[in-house]
Amino acid sequence: MKSAVIVFPASNCDRDMITALEKITGHKPHIVWHQDSDIPDVDLIALPGGFSFGDYLRCGAMAARSPVMKKVIEHADRGGNVIGVCNGFQVLTETGLLPGALMRNDNLKFVCRDVKLKVENNDTPFTNAYLPGQVITTPVAHHDGNYFADEDTLKALEDEGRVVFRYVDDNGEATRAANPNGSRNNIAGIISRRKNILGMMPHPERLIEEQQGGTDGLGFFESMINALN
Amino acid sequence: MSQTPAWNNNVEITDALVKEHGLSDEEYALCLKILGRTPTLTELGIFSVMWSEHCSYKSSKKHLKTLPTTAPWVIHGPGENAGVIDIGDNQAIIFKMESHNHPSYIEPYQGAATGVGGILRDVFTMGARPIANMNALRFGAPEHPKTRHLLSGVVEGIGGYGNCVGVPTVGGETNFHPSYDGNILVNAMNVGLADQDRIFLSAAAGIGNPVIYVGSKTGRDGIHGATMASAEFTEDSEEKRPTVQVGDPFTEKLLIEACLELMATDMIVAIQDMGAAGLTSSSVEMASGGGVGFSLNLDMVPQREEGMTPYEMMLSESQERMLIVLKPGREAEAKAIFDKWDLDFAVIGEITDSGNLTLSFKGEVVADIPTQPLADNSPEYDRPWIKSEPKPELKADEIVAPADMKQALLDMIGSPHLCSRAWIWQQYDHQVMADTIQKPGGDAAVVRVHGTDKAVAISTDCTPRYCYADPVEGGKQAVAETWRNITAVGATPLAITDCLNFGNPERPEIMGQFVGCIEGMREACKVLNYPVVSGNVSLYNETNGTGIHPTPAIGGVGLLKDSRRMVTLAPRADGEVLLLIGETKGHLGASLYQTVMEGREEGAPPAVDLMAEKQNGDFVRAQINAGQVAACHDISDGGLLVALAEMALAADRGMTVNINGGEVPEHALAFGEDQARYILSVPADKAEVLIGEARAAGISARKIGAVGGDELVFNASLRLSVQELRDVHQGWMPDYMKIG
Repeated sequence: MKSAVIVFPASNCDRDMITALEKITGHKPHIVWHQDSDIPDVDLIALPGGFSFGDYLRCGAMAARSPVMKKVIEHADRGGNVIGVCNGFQVLTETGLLPGALMRNDNLKFVCRDVKLKVENNDTPFTNAYLPGQVITTPVAHHDGNYFADEDTLKALEDEGRVVFRYVDDNGEATRAANPNGSRNNIAGIISRRKNILGMMPHPERLIEEQQGGTDGLGFFESMINALN
Repeated sequence: MSQTPAWNNNVEITDALVKEHGLSDEEYALCLKILGRTPTLTELGIFSVMWSEHCSYKSSKKHLKTLPTTAPWVIHGPGENAGVIDIGDNQAIIFKMESHNHPSYIEPYQGAATGVGGILRDVFTMGARPIANMNALRFGAPEHPKTRHLLSGVVEGIGGYGNCVGVPTVGGETNFHPSYDGNILVNAMNVGLADQDRIFLSAAAGIGNPVIYVGSKTGRDGIHGATMASAEFTEDSEEKRPTVQVGDPFTEKLLIEACLELMATDMIVAIQDMGAAGLTSSSVEMASGGGVGFSLNLDMVPQREEGMTPYEMMLSESQERMLIVLKPGREAEAKAIFDKWDLDFAVIGEITDSGNLTLSFKGEVVADIPTQPLADNSPEYDRPWIKSEPKPELKADEIVAPADMKQALLDMIGSPHLCSRAWIWQQYDHQVMADTIQKPGGDAAVVRVHGTDKAVAISTDCTPRYCYADPVEGGKQAVAETWRNITAVGATPLAITDCLNFGNPERPEIMGQFVGCIEGMREACKVLNYPVVSGNVSLYNETNGTGIHPTPAIGGVGLLKDSRRMVTLAPRADGEVLLLIGETKGHLGASLYQTVMEGREEGAPPAVDLMAEKQNGDFVRAQINAGQVAACHDISDGGLLVALAEMALAADRGMTVNINGGEVPEHALAFGEDQARYILSVPADKAEVLIGEARAAGISARKIGAVGGDELVFNASLRLSVQELRDVHQGWMPDYMKIG
């Protein structure tokens, strides 16, 4: 599986994503600077986490207008696969590749901790290695992960099975207490209608080795190998 | 007498102006002697900041020189931007801790944020990629009306900066005590990783080489920050808000990447960050360190505001700036890197053979100071001091036993002193870089050396109530506790950085605390072979004449050669046997038990037997490295029972403990804070052998219980569900912050 990781000024999970992709797929991803106007021919483009442009404007708003994003959009429009994790998810909503917006966490504080996620749809290129309804552990680390969309959009996302990951408690229930940021319907990750663009706030790339506290993030990458190789 | 430069003839240097700049009569006389004439205003400003307590260490130097600073693994000790130690394979760890106390009290978010930014620059300016942030925080009493605001702002500021630059904040410590009501302490530590053959120093060289300014533009923020940090607080200190700098972590992140990219080339001769006293201290240190002169054209300094004077430019503490001496002819190549990262890059001068810092502005010379005497002949004081008499011993039976042990443990673990700090560290990205293998909440934070089997263990510690009761023992204990915490995860402690926070050194009793703590630290460093490689002194932590508790915060660093051998404080399985290593005498003087249960702080602190520390610690570490130990926890604040409770919470497992204290009353057995002790959780079949080996080595080791069930049981006096313990442990801080 060939991949590319886009680097914006103050991306800071780029190395983590590169390390995970290389370790799991066996191929070192291409590293693409935000001002580059070309992306090599790849199976997957990853927008990593971080604070692109300092998040001084709305998170992801500046990055969404970087020169390279034109090529990312073209790739996605051709049906190419794109993932956006954390700040990358925010960039995807800012470009309109995914619907909705990520607002400030409802308690107005940055949150970094392990959360439980329920795999709501395992029939995607990014989740096929998980069981349907499987509850996995993944770390979150964000200040603006409070997913918002209007009622119609939410209904469409739910009806079309496009809510891929949801914050749940140990029993798999989407409770208020299990939600780290106040997101609508406990949404942690969504996918595009064509199932080629996925955005999620949690960081599967940080949980791929026992030493990191678990390996529940592995399935995310293994799914892509299954689907894209 | 040479001619005074023309530019400042219009400002008369009066006695009042000199006094306003914090220079004493003797210091000003020395300044006149060095210059051979009356200084210009710019020069007066430069002398003032260079000779401030903050930059010159004039009250502390004499004593700091007595600390051990060498070991075979020390590559650079104090004197550089940060300390450098060898971790093998041509790799080095570079680290330092620094205070940002005064600004954080005045403006907690920006004060703390720029504290993090400053310490990051001290580390990456030497060629290291920062890999971990730590901190040591002290706030006033929870009841104090400002404590919530300060705690909230400081934590948000540390997170706001560290999270954005993408360096994990992996741990720290937080204390509450009324002595910090008017003077909180914010000590930030950074640890970086470099290749030993790519370490960069600040000493300039090469006559004619260009001097380059990179990073943010210079504004009027932070002028006189170093001077503010060298005076006591009064009621109107909050009017000093304009002297607090504003941080820009986005620019810092770009600066890190751009500098590391430049450092991967062979273009750099010397590099120095602009920290306290900004352009002044960086240029003086680079020039004096290399025995050369600097000629700078201030018109070329990138400026954020119009009409800035040379005085303002030289004293500004605008953040995220660096000064670089390049090899000749490499300017365009270097500039391309900074252009890529959208950072200012300006050639502002060159190296000369004059030995002077010569500043020109609008075609005129505005300052011309010999740098060697400015840097090296700075005043040094042997301030009078009075030995702090250690408080008398307090026997356990002079401290009331609790009516109910269960309630006593809940009171302790639910107190501001021992409750869970998750509310704090969940606001820090402690996992970015994906190498954090021991998260906040353990004895030491552990981060892997990326791409290797090695890992670095880090701990920040100090027990100010011990230092207050007996500075010598307190100083020893602060060093020993970091050493013990690093040992408890299985790492070998290598070296420390110190951040010495004290009151007004002009008061002999405060100076006595300082001298005492240094004496204790010195002894501990010697015996534990654990030198000081970097540090910082913060004096004048006083408000209206009341000093803080003496607080020599220590940041220790250790190495795990095989990170897979690391242990945490969480037992791994039911049936494991709990062993107590070290002697229990039931020392309750200056204990947290006294503070929480009786609201007093009396008696001498526990004695630190450094030989026992070393012997017990070396034994524990060897057992961990041999794979004999499932979990380990050092015993510190709150004593044995609190340590057991913390292990039960970490593992979410119960434990049953039966321990006969002999002559030691049960509350002293449970809550005494005797030093040099650890609790080990070991597989049942390994316990006897381990005890035998300990005893053969003359180390006190005994079986005290086993892991299992969902209750913590302590002798016949306590039975408590782990869930109840957790509710109380986790409750205090979120509840406290909610009410605010």
